[in-house]
Amino acid sequence: MNSVTTQESPPVAAADGRGQQTPLVEFRGAGVRVGQRTLWSGVDIAIRAGEFVAVLGPNGVGKSTLVKAVLGLLPLAAGTLTVAGRRPGAANETIGYLPQRRSFDPQLRIRGVDVVRLGLDGARWGVPLPGAHRFSARARAEQARVAEVIGLVGADTYADRPIGQLSGGEQQRLLIAQALVSGPRLLLLDEPLDSLDLPNQAAVAALVSRICRQEGVTVMMVAHDVNPILSYLDRVVYIASGGAAAGPPSEVITSATLSRLYGTPIEVLSTSDGRLVVVGQPEAPAHHGDRHQP
Amino acid sequence: MIASSGDLNPPLTWDLLADARELFAFPFMVNAVQAGTIVAVLAGLVGWFMVLRRQSFTGHTVAVVGFPGAAGAVLVGVSATYGYFAFAIAAALMIALVPNAGGRGYSEESAVTGTVQAAALATGFLFVNLYGGFMGSANALLFGSFLGITTGQVQLLLVVAAVTVLLLTLIGRPLLFASVDPAVAKARGVPVRALSVTFLVLLAAAAAGVAQITGSLLVFALLVVPAATAQSLTARPAVSMALTVVIALAITWSALFLAYYQPYPIGFFVTTFAFAAYLTATAWRHTRARLARRHHGPTGNAPGDRSGPRSSQSALLDAAGTP
Repeated sequence: MNSVTTQESPPVAAADGRGQQTPLVEFRGAGVRVGQRTLWSGVDIAIRAGEFVAVLGPNGVGKSTLVKAVLGLLPLAAGTLTVAGRRPGAANETIGYLPQRRSFDPQLRIRGVDVVRLGLDGARWGVPLPGAHRFSARARAEQARVAEVIGLVGADTYADRPIGQLSGGEQQRLLIAQALVSGPRLLLLDEPLDSLDLPNQAAVAALVSRICRQEGVTVMMVAHDVNPILSYLDRVVYIASGGAAAGPPSEVITSATLSRLYGTPIEVLSTSDGRLVVVGQPEAPAHHGDRHQP
Repeated sequence: MIASSGDLNPPLTWDLLADARELFAFPFMVNAVQAGTIVAVLAGLVGWFMVLRRQSFTGHTVAVVGFPGAAGAVLVGVSATYGYFAFAIAAALMIALVPNAGGRGYSEESAVTGTVQAAALATGFLFVNLYGGFMGSANALLFGSFLGITTGQVQLLLVVAAVTVLLLTLIGRPLLFASVDPAVAKARGVPVRALSVTFLVLLAAAAAGVAQITGSLLVFALLVVPAATAQSLTARPAVSMALTVVIALAITWSALFLAYYQPYPIGFFVTTFAFAAYLTATAWRHTRARLARRHHGPTGNAPGDRSGPRSSQSALLDAAGTP
């Protein structure tokens, strides 16, 4: 319909021989309706394994909805969507999900390490036996895995403190560890940089990129602002005005593509340090910390 | 706990062993201690999740709705125990039916719940008056009593507690996940909504059980305070859960012990001990935090005071170190 799909040029990851050619997530003519309102339709996106992809767009355009569709939490109104070759929701154990959120209640008296651990065994019935690591090899392996991901995100020094008392950046690292602990093939991160200060935004972006490259995990990150992650991205999906454009950042975040997508003149300016500024969007990009409704 | 009883000047012989032996010579006291023990364990475990899930208000509502149930049961000549359980569980199911009333909404539902609480209290009061018995029975239903607990009641409590604790053990880990992180739990296939309904019913069973000892209005003493105290002392789930049960047992046993030697109602003792335990824990935590700050500089009992700047430093290094 009104979607604009740029040329399916081979992404950087595939060119390096890192990605497989079969898409891990594939939208074909997909559309989503919330209530009576069609958020987007006619969307074609193919995300290959190992890619770092950003989902961009103005507020209220359905970025979080796209994530929920991948998780199978929201049915498509039109088209098809496959995740790891299966219907959405059927392969959720291979997805690490970090929902959009503010933060944990400061009064929540649960350690960071416990929250990470829930990402591994939280869906299992029963209760963990105290001291199980003494006689169960599986419990030892799980404990080691939790320690490993906490080390990977650099949270060793504060993982034993109550999570509600940690700073936003610290909580976000632990939540990334939680999403990562079960060894997923796909990380779905819904605005993980939101409500972080600039140094933490840069650090978390670098961390996610490192996870993507070192662990070979495909990353779909919803973001307000592309700049903190721009240098790491293989591709972007830009959602606007009911459609979407997908491709390398240099092809999608351009005056021509965005103007076509919005159907109104848009200008993309590049600053001297390589940051991109989009001018003339019908809906102004949100200020920092503002949130859109899914 | 026992030591603090010196302030109250109880007519004890101070040979605690002999005192305890005298106390257990009476079958009604044996029943009271058994019921109190069962209720303390039940309240501790369910209360731990209730405090974690911020559902204290729901717990209170369910317990208050138990009051007309108990009074109505007495009116029609059935044991108050059945009335407590029937009404509390019915209330829990009704709360579960209201969308988004999982206990987290304090804004709109609180007005509705307040109205229901008032109606429940008034209805219970009417039943007590219709019964025409002593006003003392209303007092016992509202503020607790340990007299006249029958062996049948103890057995019923035991069955309810066993089933509740068994169910809680089965759903423990997913319930914790759904309580701490509902969105992620749902994405991982945890039946968040079904767990929430199940927990409300377990909460109702626990609240009705506790109400037998503390009365409808003072259930918080055993349902909230031990869990809140333990959670303020440690953030390790297993440790704080065990500590919750220990505190609940200590409160119940010492209250029963004192109530036997004192003319004052058990509800007062349970609540007072619970309050003392909470104050002590809070004072200890603040002292410890202050001492730690003095010795090692600021240590992190206030949000992000130490690690905020330091971790953003290391974060910057991370960013610089990765291409």
